[in-house]
Amino acid sequence: MEEIQVLEAVEKYIRGEMTQEEKAFFEELRKTNPEVDQLVVEQTMFYNQLGNFSDWKNYKSALHDVHNHLLENGEIKVEAPKAVVRELWKKYKRVMAVAATIAGVTTFLIASSVSIYTRKKNLEEIQQLRRDFSREVTSKTNDVRKEVDAKIKEGKAPKNIPVRSGGTGFLIDGKGYLVTNAHVVKNANSVIIVNNKGQEFRASIVHINAESDLAILKIKDEDYKPFGPLPYAIRKTGAELGEELFTLGYPRNEIVYSEGYMSAKTGYKNDSITCQIGVPANPGNSGGPVFNKNGEVIGIINTRQTEAEGVVFAVTSKNIFRVLDEIKKDDSSAKNIRLPLTSSLKNLERTQQIKKIEDCVFMVKSY
Amino acid sequence: MKSITNEIALLEGLAKDDRQAIETIYKQHYGMVQSLIINNNGTADDARDIFQEAMIVLYEKARSGSFELTSQLKTYIYSICRRLWLKRLQQQQKFIPELNGIEETIPVEEDLEVHDRQNGELMMMEKAMNSLGEPCKSLLEAYYLQKKNMTEIAGNFGYTNADNAKNQKYKCLMRLKKLFFTEYKNNR
Repeated sequence: MEEIQVLEAVEKYIRGEMTQEEKAFFEELRKTNPEVDQLVVEQTMFYNQLGNFSDWKNYKSALHDVHNHLLENGEIKVEAPKAVVRELWKKYKRVMAVAATIAGVTTFLIASSVSIYTRKKNLEEIQQLRRDFSREVTSKTNDVRKEVDAKIKEGKAPKNIPVRSGGTGFLIDGKGYLVTNAHVVKNANSVIIVNNKGQEFRASIVHINAESDLAILKIKDEDYKPFGPLPYAIRKTGAELGEELFTLGYPRNEIVYSEGYMSAKTGYKNDSITCQIGVPANPGNSGGPVFNKNGEVIGIINTRQTEAEGVVFAVTSKNIFRVLDEIKKDDSSAKNIRLPLTSSLKNLERTQQIKKIEDCVFMVKSY
Repeated sequence: MKSITNEIALLEGLAKDDRQAIETIYKQHYGMVQSLIINNNGTADDARDIFQEAMIVLYEKARSGSFELTSQLKTYIYSICRRLWLKRLQQQQKFIPELNGIEETIPVEEDLEVHDRQNGELMMMEKAMNSLGEPCKSLLEAYYLQKKNMTEIAGNFGYTNADNAKNQKYKCLMRLKKLFFTEYKNNR
């Protein structure tokens, strides 16, 4: 008896789908042929394991559903940490004030010297990952490119002005706030963003922070329908070395997925604003979100090293918080930006995660 | 006495994949676990993870049929979560000698050992499943997880008839079995 037939027979046997005759024959075969008997034992164990696995998977997804459902209905609430910190604060107020002053001065000195020494990047050694459209146009490549450019020129884009550069951006608040790289929208007169279905929206630049290479955009277009809660979260802390990562971006006019891992906690020449990731990236990926397996944004792709293969850098996500705090200081309308802090993508299959994320990732074109 | 019979009914519901039972236990006990985790260096996300793992322990116990509730369900869940969270903190090397919390606890070490072993085996199956590749993975998931019938699957995957799909399914299953047992032997 072939192994595959035993498999089929065992499946039928376990489910009680065998007729009396078949069952008698099968049991007789097991008695007379020890090899078959051995196989049956092995198959049965495997089937039970598979059955458990399928129940386990279904149960886990039911748990997630229930959690999200109850959270939405407000039947369970996310609790804030209790005020232990506050008591400590009362106790150590004075000591902390002194310590904070010293720390503040030291940080300032270190930060200024760091920024003097490390921010002078050698631009030939690393490459910013925006797409330069002007170069692409002049290099008169194939028809597809021309067709693409023709498409770009129609619609909401300003007439007769070529796209200067392009990148990727993603929502940080469903009300229409996006993050991208500062170098993607630098010197832009106007910015158009395009979703994965090809719909275009006008956007304005709310803030540019050249130091951390981040820019905040706001969609200003009546066609844009505000999103409910975003599926992913933005992480305040960094990722661990070796953590599995993935990204979505627009190196072409189509959304592209790639995956990799966390390579180093610092970026080019020990830059602490960025980290190094082993995720393939090309011009156009700039500004794209880098997710960990739970669907938390841990970084924003910005540059790659030109003389080395597969060395890509991403601005760490905590800089989004920092930039936002900065904006909130002098722009009162930014006060209502709420960054998503919990991800509803945990333990989902990757394809399902992508389905939920892809609507929130946009192509950014600056004119 | 009434509450005890209710709790037994809940566990029976769990074993039968009754969503209502999950919801009830969730509503009754999630808040307590969340407070425990958050007051001991954790986040709301950690609370969700820990509580759901405890729910899986309950599920396994309920299904094994040998579960006798020797304490209140509340105490059992609390003890499991407390133990799981201590373990997690140790793994992150944030050792805390004493967890803050006022609830009474019961010993659950044995149950967690059983859970760890079962979890290990399920992870092996998951790993085998993930290294199977397409279309095998989707095919097996459609049949064994989503419990679709063969005709429907044949239609979705573009097989000309159910018999062809069935043949393909058995071939995939053979591969999965090989992968699983390789994994199994490596881990013993």
